[in-house]
Amino acid sequence: MTRIISTLYAAAIYGFIFLPVAVLVLFSFQGTLFPIPPFNGPSLRWYTAVLNDARLTDGLVNSLLVAIATSALATLLGFLSAWGFARFHLPASALLRGFITLPLTVSYLIIGMGLLIFFNWLGLPKSLMAAGIGHVVINLPLCFAIIYSQMGEHQANIERAARDLGAKEWQVLTLVTAPMLWPALFASFFLSMTFSWDEFVIAFLLTRFDTTLPVEIWNLLRAGLNPKTNAVGSLVFGVSIVLAIVFELVAFRKRPQ
Amino acid sequence: MTALVCVENVSQTFGPAKALDSVSLSIQPGSYTVLLGPSGSGKTTLLSILGGFLQPTTGRVLINGADCTLMAPAKRPTATVFQDYALFPHMSVGSNVAFGLRMQGVSKAERTAKAQEMLRLVGLEHAFEKKPHQLSGGQRQRVALARALVVEPAVLLLDEPLGALDLKLRRQMQDELKAIQKRVGTAFVHVTHDQEEAMALADHVVVMNHGRIEDEGSPERVYARPATRFSATFMGESTIVAGQVDVQGRITTALGTFDAPGLAAGSTACIAIRPEHVHVGPAIPAIVTTVVYQGSFKRVTVAPIHAPDTPLLARLPAGTPIQEGTQISLRFDPAEVIVLRD
Amino acid sequence: MSAARQPIAAWASVSPALLWTLAFFAVPFAAMGVASLFPKGEAGLSLAHYTQFFTNPSYWRSLTNSLEVTLIVTAISVLLAYPFAWILAFGVPERWQRLALMLAVLPFWTSYVVRSYSWLLVLAEKGIINDSLLGIGLLSEPIQIANTRAATVIGFVHFFVMLLTLTIFANLKQLSPNYRKAAADLGAGPVRSFIHVILPLTLPGIMVGAFLTFVLAIGDYITPQILGGNNELLMPQLIMMQIGRRGDFAGASALSIILMLVVTLAYFLCARWLKIERA
Repeated sequence: MTRIISTLYAAAIYGFIFLPVAVLVLFSFQGTLFPIPPFNGPSLRWYTAVLNDARLTDGLVNSLLVAIATSALATLLGFLSAWGFARFHLPASALLRGFITLPLTVSYLIIGMGLLIFFNWLGLPKSLMAAGIGHVVINLPLCFAIIYSQMGEHQANIERAARDLGAKEWQVLTLVTAPMLWPALFASFFLSMTFSWDEFVIAFLLTRFDTTLPVEIWNLLRAGLNPKTNAVGSLVFGVSIVLAIVFELVAFRKRPQ
Repeated sequence: MTALVCVENVSQTFGPAKALDSVSLSIQPGSYTVLLGPSGSGKTTLLSILGGFLQPTTGRVLINGADCTLMAPAKRPTATVFQDYALFPHMSVGSNVAFGLRMQGVSKAERTAKAQEMLRLVGLEHAFEKKPHQLSGGQRQRVALARALVVEPAVLLLDEPLGALDLKLRRQMQDELKAIQKRVGTAFVHVTHDQEEAMALADHVVVMNHGRIEDEGSPERVYARPATRFSATFMGESTIVAGQVDVQGRITTALGTFDAPGLAAGSTACIAIRPEHVHVGPAIPAIVTTVVYQGSFKRVTVAPIHAPDTPLLARLPAGTPIQEGTQISLRFDPAEVIVLRD
Repeated sequence: MSAARQPIAAWASVSPALLWTLAFFAVPFAAMGVASLFPKGEAGLSLAHYTQFFTNPSYWRSLTNSLEVTLIVTAISVLLAYPFAWILAFGVPERWQRLALMLAVLPFWTSYVVRSYSWLLVLAEKGIINDSLLGIGLLSEPIQIANTRAATVIGFVHFFVMLLTLTIFANLKQLSPNYRKAAADLGAGPVRSFIHVILPLTLPGIMVGAFLTFVLAIGDYITPQILGGNNELLMPQLIMMQIGRRGDFAGASALSIILMLVVTLAYFLCARWLKIERA
C-alpha cells in the first residue's frame, strides 16, 4: 500500500518538475506564431530564427567569454588565497577567511546594485567587463571555500611526505599539490561557469549594448510570448545537460582512486 | 534443556556470493556464545539474521520454539547492540535507554525508574540527563548495552561491540560484559574477530570461516583440541606440518611420527603443535631464524636442521638467552600434538 | 606545524582575493550605504528614504508581501521536497539513486530566466492549463493564474523543491542506517521511528535548507517579475523600479539595505535556533 502511494507521489512530483520544461521544448517546435496550444508542428523555423538572430548569437558568445574568463580568474584567486591561508599561519586568519566568503550571503541584486553605484561614481561605463567583475565577486567565495576545504591537514601531510622524500617546493606544487587538488579545481571552475553562464541580475544591471545571453532572452521576453524564446531556452537546456553528463563522467572516472 | 535459539540449515546468498552455507547452531539459555571468525566469515550475517534485519535465503530460525525466520526485529525477543552503538544523539542518555519501553507503552514514571536501574547496573547512574556526545566511547558502549537490556530480550546480540576501544579499555569492558551477563542471565551472542576476546568471554565458541562453522565448543576444548586446520591457526598460533598416515595408524611427518587414531591408512593429514608446548630440549636441533620479544615471553621461529622447510614456532621464557642465526635444540611432548585431517 | 615561514609569500598569495573582495564588494556596499543617505532632491545627509519606508504604505506592503510569499514558498517547498527526498533515499534501489536524483534536478539546468518563462506558457490565459481545462469542459472561461501571487509561488516552489530535494537527500543519506535499525529493534514502527528518531536528526539540515530557500527567494527579481505581474510588488521589483524608471539610486540603495537587514535578522534567528538544537 505504501509502495503505491510513494510511487504515485514521486510520479506526481516528477511530473510537476518536468511540466514547464516539457512545454518549453514541445512548443519550441511550434509551427505557428505563438508557443501555446494548439500545437502545429513540428517545425524547426524557430531554431533557425535563433541561429540567425545576431543578438542572440552575440549574447551566447558573450556569455561564454564572460563565464570562462571569470571562472578562470575566480578559481585562480580562490586557489592562491586558499593556499596562503591553509599552508601558512596568518594573523586574523579566521576573520579574513570569513570576509572572503561573505559575498555568499548577499543577494546578487544587492551586489549588482553596489557595483552599479560604485562604477557610476567612478565614471566607469556599463560593459561586459563590469558584469564580469561582478561575476568574479559572486564566484570567488565559492572557489575559495571548495579549494580550502581540500587543503586540510591530511593533504598537508602528503606534501610533507613529498618534501621528506626530497622534492623541491616547485615539484611539490606541480607533482603533488596540483594533481591532488585537481577535483577541487575542476569543481570550482565548473560551478563558477554554471553560475556565471546563467546569471541575470548582475549582467542586466551592469551591461548596456554588449550583453549576455540571459539578458538577451529577457529582452525577447519583453516583447511577449515568442517561440524563439522556447527555441533558445531548449538549446541552452540541451547544452547544459550535455555539460552535466560530461561532468558526471569525469567525476566518476576519478572514483576508483 | 531445550535450546533457546535454533538455527536450522540457514543459507544466505547475495547474488553470486554465498555468505552462509547451510549453518546450524543451537544457543542455550543463559549462555555466552561468541561467533568468532575473520571478515567475510559470515558471522555478522548470521547475527543480522538472528536479529531480524536480514531474511535468510533458506533455512529457519526458531526462538523459544517459535519460527521467527520472517519476523521483524521489533516483534522478536531479541535486542541488538550495534557496532557504532547507534545512540540517538538528540535524546538524553536516559531517554535513549527508556526508548524501547516507551515503544511498548510503558508509563513515563515506570520507564524512568527502569532506565535508571539499568544505568546503575552498567555503572552509569549519574549519566541519565547527559547527552551521548558528552560521554566517552566506553561509556557510550555501556549505554547501548543498557538500552538493549532494559527491554528484557530473550537473547542479546552484540555486533563487535568492543572494536572501537583501545586495548586496556577493551579488557576492562570484557570483564564487565561477562559480569553483567552473569547478573542478568540473558543469553548473549557476541560477534568478534578477536580470538583472545572470544576465549575470555565465551561459554561456547563458534569458529566460522567462509560461511561455515569450522568448529564449536568450550574455549578450552576448541583451543586444546581444534577440529580443523583453520581452527588451529585462528584460535591461537600453531605450527602445522603435513604428513602421511601409514597402515599402523600413525602419521609420519618431517618432525617425527605420532599416533593418528581414526585416520585412514594412506591418507594425507597434518599435525599442529602449539608454540607454548615447545621447549628447549635435546630433541630437534635447529637454527634460530627470528626472535621477537613480547614482554612475558619470546616468540621464536626456528628452522630444524633435518627439516629446514618446516619452520617451528616456539614460545620460550623471556629470560632464555637466544640469538638469531645461532643453533638451538628444542623438544615437545608427543601427547600435546594435535592431529588434524587435511 | 605550518610556521610563518616566508610570510611574504603568504600575504602575496592571499592579497589578490582580499583586495578584490574589498574593492568590488565591500567598497561598493559602503558606497550603496552612503548613497542611501543622500536622497535626490534633498541637500545633504538625510534619513528620508528610511523614514519614507515606514510611512509610505506601498513600500511597507512590498516588504510584507515579500515576507509572506517567501515564507509560504519555503513551507510548501519543504513539505513537498521531504517526502520526495525520502522516497529517493530509501525507496529507490541503491543502483538507481544517482540517476533518479539527477533526473529530479535536471530542470535546474535550464536558464533561470527561461525556467520562469516556461511557467508562463503553462499558466497564461492561453497557456496549457487553461487550454486543457477549457477543452475538457471543466471551465467556461479562462482563469487568471499568471500575473498573480499564485503564479509567483508556483514558479518559486518549482525551483526550490528541486534544491531542497538535493539537500534533504544528502542529509538523509548521511544518517547511519543503524539508527533506523536500532529504532526498529526497540519496537518502533516506521511512523514512530520517523517521528522520534529520523525527523529530529534531520531537522537541523532542513533548517539550513529552509534558510537558503528564504534568502534566495526573498532576493529574487526574475520570478516575481515574469510571473507575478505588476499588481503586487515584491521588494526586488520595487528596488529595480527605483533604478529603472526613476534613476533613484539613493532610494534603491536604502531599500537594498533594508532587505539585507531582514535577511541578516533571519540569519541570526536561524543560527540561534540551531545553537539551541545542538545544546
